[in-house]
Amino acid sequence: MFLNHIYLIPLFPAFGAVIMFFFGRRLQKATVNAVCVGAVVVAFLFACFTVVEYTHFAHGTGHPFEKILYTWLGSGDGHLNFVKRDGTTASFNADAGFLLDPLSSIWLLFVTGVGMLIHIYSTGYMAHEGGYYRFFGYLNLFMFAMLTLILANNYMMLFVGWEGVGLCSYLLIGFYFHRNSASTAANKAFIVNRIGDAGFILGALTLAWYLGSFRFTDINVQARGGHFAIGDPVLTAAALLLFIGACGKSAQIPLYIWLPDAMEGPTPVSALIHAATMVTAGVYMVARSNAVFVLAPTAMKTVAIVGALTAVFAASIGLVQNDIKRVLAYSTVSQLGYMFLALGVGAFAAGVFHVFTHAFFKALLFLGSGSVIHAMSGEQDMRNMGDLRRRIPTTHWTMLVATLAIAGIFPFAGFFSKDEILWQTWASEGGAYRILWFVGYGTALMTAFYMFRLMYLTFYSPSRMSHEAEHHVHESPKSMTVPLVILALCSIGAGWLSWPHSLGGSAHFEKFLEPVFAREAVVLVEEGKSAQLAAGEKEAEHTDKTEYALMFLSLAAAGVGWGMARHSYARAAKGYKEPIAVDAPPLYKLLYNKWFVDEGYDYVFTGRRKVGKVRLGVMGAGEASSWFDAKVIDGAVNDVGWVTKAIATISTWWDKWIIDGVGVNGPAILARMISYPARLFEWGLVQWYALVMVAGLLGFGVYYVWK
Amino acid sequence: MQSHILSIILFTPLVGALALLFVPKENKNAIRWIANLFAFGGFLISLPLVPMFWAQRFEPGFKFLEGTPNNWIPSIGAGYNLGIDGISFLLIMLTTLLGWISILSSWTAIENRVKEYYVWFLVLQTGMLGVFMALDFFLFFVFWEAMLVPMYLLIGIWGGPRKLYAAIKFFLYTLLGSVLMLLGILYLYFHHHTVSNPQVFTFSIPELYKTAPLIPFNIAIWLFVAFFIGFAIKVPMFPFHTWLPDAHVEAPTAGSVILAGVLLKMGTYGFVRFSLPFFPSVVSHPRVQNWVIVLSLIGIIYGALVSLMQKDMKKLVAYSSVSHLGFCTLGIFALNSAGLTGSVLQQINHGISTGALFLIVGILYERRHTREIAEYGGISNVMPIYATITMIMFLSSMGLPLLNGFVGEFTILQGAFTANWKWAAWAAPGVVLAAAYLLWLYQRVFFGTVTNAKNEKLHDLTPREILTFVPLIIMALWIGLYPKPFFQILEQPVNQIVQNIHDKSNANAAVNAQVAPVPGPTAAAEIGSDEVGSNLVVSKPGLTAARLKASN
Amino acid sequence: MVPITTLHYLVVAAALFVLGAIGVLTRRNVVIVLMSIELILNAVNLNLVAFSRMWGNLHGQIFAIFIVVDAAAEAAAGLGILIAFFRNKETVNIDEIDLLKW
Repeated sequence: MFLNHIYLIPLFPAFGAVIMFFFGRRLQKATVNAVCVGAVVVAFLFACFTVVEYTHFAHGTGHPFEKILYTWLGSGDGHLNFVKRDGTTASFNADAGFLLDPLSSIWLLFVTGVGMLIHIYSTGYMAHEGGYYRFFGYLNLFMFAMLTLILANNYMMLFVGWEGVGLCSYLLIGFYFHRNSASTAANKAFIVNRIGDAGFILGALTLAWYLGSFRFTDINVQARGGHFAIGDPVLTAAALLLFIGACGKSAQIPLYIWLPDAMEGPTPVSALIHAATMVTAGVYMVARSNAVFVLAPTAMKTVAIVGALTAVFAASIGLVQNDIKRVLAYSTVSQLGYMFLALGVGAFAAGVFHVFTHAFFKALLFLGSGSVIHAMSGEQDMRNMGDLRRRIPTTHWTMLVATLAIAGIFPFAGFFSKDEILWQTWASEGGAYRILWFVGYGTALMTAFYMFRLMYLTFYSPSRMSHEAEHHVHESPKSMTVPLVILALCSIGAGWLSWPHSLGGSAHFEKFLEPVFAREAVVLVEEGKSAQLAAGEKEAEHTDKTEYALMFLSLAAAGVGWGMARHSYARAAKGYKEPIAVDAPPLYKLLYNKWFVDEGYDYVFTGRRKVGKVRLGVMGAGEASSWFDAKVIDGAVNDVGWVTKAIATISTWWDKWIIDGVGVNGPAILARMISYPARLFEWGLVQWYALVMVAGLLGFGVYYVWK
Repeated sequence: MQSHILSIILFTPLVGALALLFVPKENKNAIRWIANLFAFGGFLISLPLVPMFWAQRFEPGFKFLEGTPNNWIPSIGAGYNLGIDGISFLLIMLTTLLGWISILSSWTAIENRVKEYYVWFLVLQTGMLGVFMALDFFLFFVFWEAMLVPMYLLIGIWGGPRKLYAAIKFFLYTLLGSVLMLLGILYLYFHHHTVSNPQVFTFSIPELYKTAPLIPFNIAIWLFVAFFIGFAIKVPMFPFHTWLPDAHVEAPTAGSVILAGVLLKMGTYGFVRFSLPFFPSVVSHPRVQNWVIVLSLIGIIYGALVSLMQKDMKKLVAYSSVSHLGFCTLGIFALNSAGLTGSVLQQINHGISTGALFLIVGILYERRHTREIAEYGGISNVMPIYATITMIMFLSSMGLPLLNGFVGEFTILQGAFTANWKWAAWAAPGVVLAAAYLLWLYQRVFFGTVTNAKNEKLHDLTPREILTFVPLIIMALWIGLYPKPFFQILEQPVNQIVQNIHDKSNANAAVNAQVAPVPGPTAAAEIGSDEVGSNLVVSKPGLTAARLKASN
Repeated sequence: MVPITTLHYLVVAAALFVLGAIGVLTRRNVVIVLMSIELILNAVNLNLVAFSRMWGNLHGQIFAIFIVVDAAAEAAAGLGILIAFFRNKETVNIDEIDLLKW
């Protein structure tokens, strides 16, 4: 009964958004809370029941449940067709359809769950802000879009959510639209995402052109049917295009630049959209398309390499940032890189698991930082904090849990998921892939370092606050701390869902997801390729000894990072120096300025900065086109007009002086000269003329009579 | 039994114009009321067409036929012949809706020569409807030209500072296209007389459909070019587009709405209604198709780039039209069902979204009398409702899913992709750039704090102004959420056109191959080398007649 | 009693005509000139009717009726012109009406 009305889950928050759109302005804050938070709570409960019902429906087979409401794109009667690549026709069709399988169940639960907590948190955080109803309206709209994205049963429906979350992200980053930096960041987010979207659309079109449908189930059946060779060029192209989309949405190199700037939005937004849910949409989409990706090893390699690079690259920037939210932003980018690394080496379940755990501890970190900012009356610069642990104890304890989780300390959630990813990377193809493991391992060390740096600077080191700020420091209200505590519990416990076999667990999480990903192994084996990607092979290959060694190594890395941070920052007084800035100033400058990527993009791609006197990039092209349009094309049109006018002037002269002058007026002048004497006979007296007439008549008569 | 609903829809605005002639010109409010009454009435009268058409949406051919061929001027074969199919049906509904909205929007914008303004506007309305309804080339051309004069006057009298330049440019440019098209029409007319049996002169479009594809390729290519230039100027396609920004910038708001919303669709409608069925072998010739597509793609990207750099809001929207219409022509010349369907949908969507964008610009212009982007900033502080509506229409214009723009754009991309994936790949940057120029515009006009003191006292939308947007937003949501009815309406005519192109071009190739031992159909179809085809009509009348019968 | 023959009519008509012609030629007042023209027309009418009687058919009579109508129209137009002229020049003296001379 819940399963059959699965479409209601996104509609609850949509309803809240509509109410806010029409009546929000006139509503009390309490009413806004009741409607918007209520909608998400209802959605969460509904989602829980639905998933429970689904597990009964599927009986552990993981068979997807589909519900089609109506035909969205297409005429719905099968007469509007397009020609596939192989020359056969297929129906042009995309339904407003919903799909629930283990993969979407996981996303559904944590999106509604974390979303609900963040909604509750926002009632406290935003209590003194203007535009309260607008904020909650946008948040609800976001929930609608995100849930549509998760529950879609085809690429076009997914794209509805995909663009929808992009829009809400735009609206919420630009929430403080008075600030120029906020609206610029919003634009940047949307436009960079749009680049990814263009890739996504082309990828989906490629799949439809090749396989004849946008539906996940159809595509999976075909892709797993063994009709396509591994490395099929069209599927590879499709997978790469889809991955461009994922790069945009999930902030991977080269499209990650929007996410750090997105911190201009209110902190709950950063937690919900830019950490826990929206940015994982790219991971979701790639995991959803796993059947296609598995057939395209080149694309898989690309995903893994881009993921690893992003992970280490973003972590390196995060080492030296001073804005508390920016550190977390780069941390998010880095963790997303981990997830893609996992997907790229074929460990889809591990990637999804990291998404799941990351959602809790990263949301917690952002909400905690929001609580810190709240306590500090809006201060975000860590250089002006310190010694907060006793003043805001709840925030401190919860954030400490999250930090331990993200640093990968046993037995917090991050340990299990991150360790799984590193292990799978090590255990997959081997050889060159070991480099990726090293990259990931280095990132783990950096992660521990910058996270504990954040903790020390904020909570432990001597106070560097101004007296004004120090005076106002206060713990946040219950509405904010309760979600923190709940998330902290999740950050501890979420990892236990996939307690690995090697530590005597049973990896429930991966077993649950198995039906979604498992068949890749079948495909690969059928194709006769040595299936190193296949899960079964990995199982056989791995020895417990290596796994334990790797576990120990990652724990050691976390410990080393912690120790380094403690050494450098535990006693950071006012005016402290960054150790990197002391030891290697050029490197510090490079990292502090984010490798100058934004500047480079401005020079090369957007054209907001000029290279010498020349403007490159899109704006350069725009200027050149405008010039071309005004001078060349319109110039040509005006020149045609000018030539016509010149010819017309000459013609007019010719007409006036030659034709009219000589030809027409000439004879007229002549006639006038001749007629002048004749005129003298006329003096204008009518009766004189009449008399002449009568005389003439008489003369006429006399002549005839007398003749 | 004939239904006269088309004639009624067609002449309601004209009756309004005549009625206005009897109102003294000092009585401005009475004039406004009457004009609005007739415009709204025209829209209401067109509504019964919807269920009537819906009932027979899958039936082939033209519907609601009125008049018989050659009944108007029998001596030359011109007829008062009306009829519509799904394509023209949607465009007619768009015209009546936009006509009403733009007349409603001019209530306070026009203060001098009110009477003449409304008279000309209503005449224009009839002209536009006539173009979409006419099934006779003579009648079509009469309406086509009749539309030009009111628009010329609307720009030239009620326009901005450079109105004369813009009006004359608009008039001459489009007239140039019409003249070429007229030559093409005359050739078709005489050609029909030559090949039909018994020989008759007629301008009837359904009759010409049967004979025009028989024109040999080397002549058809020139006819295609003549029609193409005529329509491409109207669309406008790159590089015939420069009249558009001038005309848009100088025209009064309502004029821009109609110009962008309906007049530009004449060109694309011409492609669909005439170029494709008349010259199937030419349009499906790879080189011709490629050229047109390349022009469309240039238009998409180039229009967006130029739009990005504009300092004048209206000019920005005007160039965005060039970009959007590039999508429409791309869809048409993809020559498959998805492309054509998407193109017609996108024409409707463009009418809705860009019409709304011009209204939006007009509202600011009416309050501040400037369209310079730099003059504004922080408008959402003083005009929140206006800012919200603008955001919705911007999103619709940039093709956000669940709003109308996406449906058309995506369907076009699908069509283009299946025709040739490179075309879709080149069109995709247009989608990104659309977001860039619109959002940047939005940021500069609406975000931030109010820096210009003149903007502090702006009042938000009046109920009348909101009313002008409501139908557009409803349509945008409808097409975005549930476009199935639109797809169903377009399905039959679109499939028929595509089928025709395939049949006729294949048949031509086959006949050419049969008649003479030419290396192959592609060689015979090369430009200028089609000696075989030209012999066809003269030397094989029997064959021609047989095919004529077959195509009946 | 002498029967009235065609000749009688013709004599009367000729007399009328001469009266009219002299009026047109000698009078200075345009109104009177117009009246004289009417006399001439009536002289012609008389002739037509007389000949019609002589030949015993109706052709001449029909012509006469046409001329009556025509005369009425002509008088109306002439007087109209005259009034317009009087408004401008404040005179109906025919000697002063010489605008066409240029």
